[in-house]
Amino acid sequence: MMRSKLGLDFEKVGYAKEVSKRIADDVQKFVDNYSTVAVERTLCRLLGIDGVDKNEVPLPNVLVDELQEKGVLSEGVMFFLGNAVIETGLNPQEIAEKIAVGQLDLTSIPVHSTEEIRKAIQPFVMKSIQVIKDRKAKRDNYLNTIGEGAKPYLYVIVATGNIYEDVVQAEAAARQGADIIAVIRTTGQSLLDYVPYGATTEGFGGTVATQENFRIMRTALDKVGEEEGRYIRLCNYCSGLCMPEIAAMGAIEGLDVMLNDALYGILFRDINMQRTIVDQYFSRLLNGFAGVIINTGEDNYLTTADAFDEAHTVLASDFINEQLALVAGIPEEQMGLGHAFEMTPDLENGFLYELAQAQMIREIFPKAPLKYMPPTKFMTGNVFKGHVQDALFNQISIWTGQGIQLLGMLTEAIHTPFMSDRYLSIENAKYIFKNMKSIGDEMEFKEGGIIRQRAAKVLDDATELVVKIEKEGLFTALEKGIFADIKRPKNGGKGLAGVVEKGSNYFNPFIELLHKK
Amino acid sequence: MSGGLYSTDSNEFDKTLDLTKIKPYGDTMNDGKTQVSFTLPVAKGDEAIEAAKQMMRKMGFENPQVVYVQELMAGFTFFNCYGNCIHTVDFTGITVPKVEATAMDMHETDDFIKENIGRPIRILGASTGSDAHTVGIDAIMNMKGFAGHYGLERYEMMEALNMGSQVPNEEFIAKAIEFQADVLLVSQTVTQKDVHIKNLVELVELMEAEGLREKVILICGGPRISHELAKELGYDAGFGMNKYADDVASYAAQELSRRLNK
Repeated sequence: MMRSKLGLDFEKVGYAKEVSKRIADDVQKFVDNYSTVAVERTLCRLLGIDGVDKNEVPLPNVLVDELQEKGVLSEGVMFFLGNAVIETGLNPQEIAEKIAVGQLDLTSIPVHSTEEIRKAIQPFVMKSIQVIKDRKAKRDNYLNTIGEGAKPYLYVIVATGNIYEDVVQAEAAARQGADIIAVIRTTGQSLLDYVPYGATTEGFGGTVATQENFRIMRTALDKVGEEEGRYIRLCNYCSGLCMPEIAAMGAIEGLDVMLNDALYGILFRDINMQRTIVDQYFSRLLNGFAGVIINTGEDNYLTTADAFDEAHTVLASDFINEQLALVAGIPEEQMGLGHAFEMTPDLENGFLYELAQAQMIREIFPKAPLKYMPPTKFMTGNVFKGHVQDALFNQISIWTGQGIQLLGMLTEAIHTPFMSDRYLSIENAKYIFKNMKSIGDEMEFKEGGIIRQRAAKVLDDATELVVKIEKEGLFTALEKGIFADIKRPKNGGKGLAGVVEKGSNYFNPFIELLHKK
Repeated sequence: MSGGLYSTDSNEFDKTLDLTKIKPYGDTMNDGKTQVSFTLPVAKGDEAIEAAKQMMRKMGFENPQVVYVQELMAGFTFFNCYGNCIHTVDFTGITVPKVEATAMDMHETDDFIKENIGRPIRILGASTGSDAHTVGIDAIMNMKGFAGHYGLERYEMMEALNMGSQVPNEEFIAKAIEFQADVLLVSQTVTQKDVHIKNLVELVELMEAEGLREKVILICGGPRISHELAKELGYDAGFGMNKYADDVASYAAQELSRRLNK
């Protein structure tokens, strides 16, 4: 273990992680017994079902909705599709197309033995696994040949609403030095219970996440990456009601980074906790297998709660999110745990607290490509001061060795970034990262000083909090408003109707295969 | 490329302040000095700089100076420019509609309500439509408030209910009826392609159809909202940047009192 520059009590860290593991295991006991409409649609997609019906309804929805209406979704799509493959000799896509035009009813054909069904579907499962493996190999090959930028990776967003315009913005950002391009989703997509289809040119505050849009951006970034001699990562959002579906689309189309955090969805999008925690598990299995770095959304907690008083909730959530990721087989190297503490810039010694916390998180999760984000809540429209605020965060990022630096924009709170805003932000970060490159190696923190004391206090409080959460269970803790001052009922929120208990015929061979690697 | 800072140009213009003809101020009255930055979709080069200067002239700047040029990518060049604005504005002829209310702090507002209304005011708030941002409505309503201004939930004489984000207009209205709201607060943060305007107008139309519009005080807020815009869209008041819970509370209390004590 690295020597702590903060004098952190690693025994306490170890204890907090053990407690968090028990919290995650408890959640997993629930997850193992349930599936959701989103998980089942994901399986459809993995088996090659794509496209829309004449009403623009995606075929995975057509199929899953039909099974749900007939009250048999608990048996799972694998069972019905496998059976239909035997009975019709068609592939899953052809079967879905027939269902869409009312020429086939999966529930009224003869049922074969479980063994036969599993055997019939197996080739489609293996083909899908191979597609994802090939995609991963393509990324690995790029990393081994053209290479990548140094950490912290520079992460910028594009958000024009038009995928073709996004490509122009992304190319500009990549040429200026960005390492990760995140295509912000159109507002409200997280609450759609389907994934729209095809290339899109209309969005509000962002661009619709579709498989075709993923493909268009991936192709563009590969081209720029080859020309610039640096692999450019693509980020999107597998959060909201279609978590695992978007994870599957990302795994197939070669996305590299995915926002993926059930806790965020519960708190900030009022998504039902049972639904999203089941969805998250399958999405994380896919992300883990595909080599995708997940990003969690803890930094957002403190946009609603007080950043100074509630800093420990961020660490507690990181502890839990780490364990929920490990359960789903995500290696530490792919855990972009989120943090950054939006303390008011007026706070005396605010920089010191921020530095203490960033270093603390770094030492507690040493292998994770931590996602660090400058403040948005305290950006005022004073672009000049905003640029300085972002610079302070950039200093902390290089100082404490963060993995992914979400670049603040001087025009935050005014508009989605102009091409020139992005340039100024990248220039700011590159200047500071180069000019202060080794500062972390040179500096330690004074015993008994503000920084060490702050880190110790946050760790103490976070440990106390995970102990409390373990006693209550995560679901009850969320009901009581333990994070971000927000209370969410276990049976409230969006998407609960899409949760089903697994029936006796249910099987999902992907779970085992994705775990294996 | 510099020159602005140590300009040797003669400054032979009238340096007295005339409020009927004001100009931007750099360091000398009426110098018109203005800072502008923009990107042109052309490759970097002398022609690009000349294009930027011509653009500045068309924008109304004399002596345009391009002080920084940076190619953002092939075919896009960013400029920082300074120039002397030739236009003037008559400051004496300006009238801006303002929210009519005396600013009061939380305790003053609570006392005002006790005295003039005699019961707690019911305020319902939400970020409506597809807008997923709660930052605005939270800043106004949450107990803690924002920047030292306590939110409406903390007021003794207010029953404040925050429905959060992405609340459909229909749902908002249904809740308003159930809650018997005196005041409705609508927050709009996302403004791309004027989605906030459509959403705000739709709410007014729905409320008029329900015969509800005149029964409540309807307020909207957000970074791009002004009182003038709010009035235009059929709202009673609008609050933009740098307005806090106190401003909203003072107005709501005084307006409700005006209506009840006519």
